[in-house]
Amino acid sequence: MPTIRLSIPESARKNEVIEIKAMIQHPMETGYRRGMKGEVIERDLIKFFKCTYNDKLIFSSEFFPGIAANPFLTFYAKAEETGELNFSWTDQNGVRWNETRTLTVT
Amino acid sequence: MSIPATNSKTGHLSRRQLLVMSASGAALSALPFRAHAQEENDLKTLKKELFGDREIKKGKVSVTMPPISENGNSVPFEFEVESPMIDDDHVTRAVILSPINPEPLIADYGFTPASGKAAVATRIRLAGSQNVEVIAEMSDGTLWMGSEQTLVTLAACVIG
Repeated sequence: MPTIRLSIPESARKNEVIEIKAMIQHPMETGYRRGMKGEVIERDLIKFFKCTYNDKLIFSSEFFPGIAANPFLTFYAKAEETGELNFSWTDQNGVRWNETRTLTVT
Repeated sequence: MSIPATNSKTGHLSRRQLLVMSASGAALSALPFRAHAQEENDLKTLKKELFGDREIKKGKVSVTMPPISENGNSVPFEFEVESPMIDDDHVTRAVILSPINPEPLIADYGFTPASGKAAVATRIRLAGSQNVEVIAEMSDGTLWMGSEQTLVTLAACVIG
């Protein structure tokens, strides 16, 4: 299980745009590198990231080898009502990691 | 490239094997230059695939990147697209494009009015000094571009 770090405010005023930071521990192996014996190191990437807010998609990302290891993202969301923010990462083999946080809107 | 087996008696590489290895190593190091010759084409083809023949205007997208990147494996990269982010007028998509990297598409982001702000900060890999572009697509179908130049002292491909 990779380490996932999230930074989200616990509460926000209605219609406030909040900043979200999300990072997942992953090598993001490009498939272009070679090992000590000259063998190609196989590609191993996280391909998709999705953030939903009360099941509504607010931000998505598709990753390619040009994204650095331990993919890190800062993005934004508009606080509309108290609810759940869900974060999911999917790798190239379809393995998924999920995290959920509650945002209280006052 | 396969590595020849070591001398069975001594367990060391023979002089001949070493020579073969260094020669193929030289051939390998010449590869990136050949790749460079086609890269502009790749980016052009990719832009056509992504956006067809639609006009890409300069503006609305501001990109922030350090002028000098010491480590091409992890370059802090930020962009923001000017938009009210309301239902009738918002950013739907933004891509980060590189003219030098082995793959011109670095990332593809999707936004909705619920994003509130079309801005992203991330860390990217760069295979050399270059002008990185961000193209944003608006809900009305117009395309806007912004770019930033950076000098990469140690490229991602060199240090792996």
